[in-house]
Amino acid sequence: MKLWTAFWNILRKDMRTYYLKPPNISWGLIFPLAWTGMFFVRSGSGLESIPVLLPGVVAVSVLFGTTSMLAVAITFEKKNRSFERLLLAPVPLELLMLAKTTGAILFGVANAFVPVIMALFLADLSELAWGAFVPAVFLIAVASTFLGLFIAVAVSEVFEAQTFSNFLRFPMIFLCGLFFPIARLPVFLRPLSYALPLTYGADVLHGAVHGGHSMPFALDFAVLGVFCVGLFAASLANIKRKWIA
Amino acid sequence: MTDAVVVRNLSKAFEDVQAVAGISFTVHRGELFGFLGPNGAGKTTTINLLTGLARPDTGSIRMGGIDCTDRPRAAQHLVGVVPDESNLYPELTGFENLCFCAALYGLPKAERRKRARELLETFALAAASDRKFASYSKGMKRKLTIAAGIIHRPDILFLDEPTTGIDVASARQLRQLVAELHDRGTTIFLTTHYIEEAERLCDRVAFIVSGRIVRIDTVEHLVQPVQEKHAVRISFATTPGDLQDGLSESFPTLGFTFAANDVLRVESDRPVRVGPLIRFLEEHGAEVSEARRMRPSLEDIFVEITGIEADAMRGEKEKKGGGR
Repeated sequence: MKLWTAFWNILRKDMRTYYLKPPNISWGLIFPLAWTGMFFVRSGSGLESIPVLLPGVVAVSVLFGTTSMLAVAITFEKKNRSFERLLLAPVPLELLMLAKTTGAILFGVANAFVPVIMALFLADLSELAWGAFVPAVFLIAVASTFLGLFIAVAVSEVFEAQTFSNFLRFPMIFLCGLFFPIARLPVFLRPLSYALPLTYGADVLHGAVHGGHSMPFALDFAVLGVFCVGLFAASLANIKRKWIA
Repeated sequence: MTDAVVVRNLSKAFEDVQAVAGISFTVHRGELFGFLGPNGAGKTTTINLLTGLARPDTGSIRMGGIDCTDRPRAAQHLVGVVPDESNLYPELTGFENLCFCAALYGLPKAERRKRARELLETFALAAASDRKFASYSKGMKRKLTIAAGIIHRPDILFLDEPTTGIDVASARQLRQLVAELHDRGTTIFLTTHYIEEAERLCDRVAFIVSGRIVRIDTVEHLVQPVQEKHAVRISFATTPGDLQDGLSESFPTLGFTFAANDVLRVESDRPVRVGPLIRFLEEHGAEVSEARRMRPSLEDIFVEITGIEADAMRGEKEKKGGGR
């Protein structure tokens, strides 16, 4: 009960002070709209291409929504030493970091459903396999958030967090099969694609929306799960090594 | 009864800097223990080691009977920490900050709201409880940070330089609050570079220099050897020339130390006759602005043991932390 009180209050404070701020809400709305618009203009296609574009837009919305906020929030709190206050609390480090990251995960999931809701009005999504789509969105949000955490722990300045996350995020847009299949990438880049968590999340999303997946869902979910656990464990180890040194 | 803090042979190095070098001490339950030393002496590193923000290279730590050597965060439920810089959340109000800190220790909602209001009253911050922390003055920030450190009624409170960088009135008020906490039985570990603060508040004091404890004792015992001494502090309007040799020759029973260029400290086992001394100084071109009898203090012992001038230590810190 005591731990739950701490967990809930950390999450509530973060939601209030970071994720539910008007600039972030507007980012969550405008960003997917801008991406959708850009791809429509670029492809010159009509509304029938929405199901093909939707998985990529959803994945990008989650990726950008989670990594940027979390990395900046944690680096900022570390810089002004308010993060020390959390480290001094009698809360296990694992639970503490889960509380810190849950806000970003929820924000990422909410971001994902902005393009989905828009698409529901514009296209026929009756074939969408929600049973795979929703868990995939959730796992992409978890993996991206833990990637943000990993970045936050690796850097010490807010601007470094921004730079480092962009360095990882922008290549992922092109390498993870979001808007065109990995098979169309040069052969030497393909191993890199399979080393990135978003590849597996995007594959499930494509499969769930229009049946265009290249790997079994079970494999996608398993690899995404491994990425989530691995990134979280690596971040915790780094926190212990660098911040409780 | 278990001691509150037991530290044995504690060491910590950062790359090639030995921040803490094999220190050992015990803080008794209910005691106000002072850790006194200049900047970079290892005071904050020691607090970080004791509170689980750093891991020792060697040595052992027991807090409230719990062995924290290999599990640095094991005793955090017993501990409250007030760091040397206020580290609350700028975007939350004073009341929200206190409620949030109470929640970190698992206090139920009704209790944390009641406790937050109570502390805001105690620290004279009730009128500012709905203002954001970012808008508080330095003194108010320090007070709220102390309130946040004790919101869960810790057994052991760590206060790192609580009065640095705040105005005289706020510093006095904070000292009063620390004394009241001590009177209520809280064990307090206080680091400070203000010797008079340590002398006024602490039961026992450890002098730490370059990561090593050079002396630990009660304030009473530390001050005893100088209690019989007589001291006079002479200030000059203009910096005099080199008078040390002339003074020692003319007044062989007196000891002379230039604490700064314009301050002369005179010590003797007998009462100092100021008249001849002033006449001598003025005849030798010094312009005396003030001569004041000094009460021998912990500062004298600190200077004697560490060789560090208290004024220099204070000035160095105030340059960093702002005026007091």
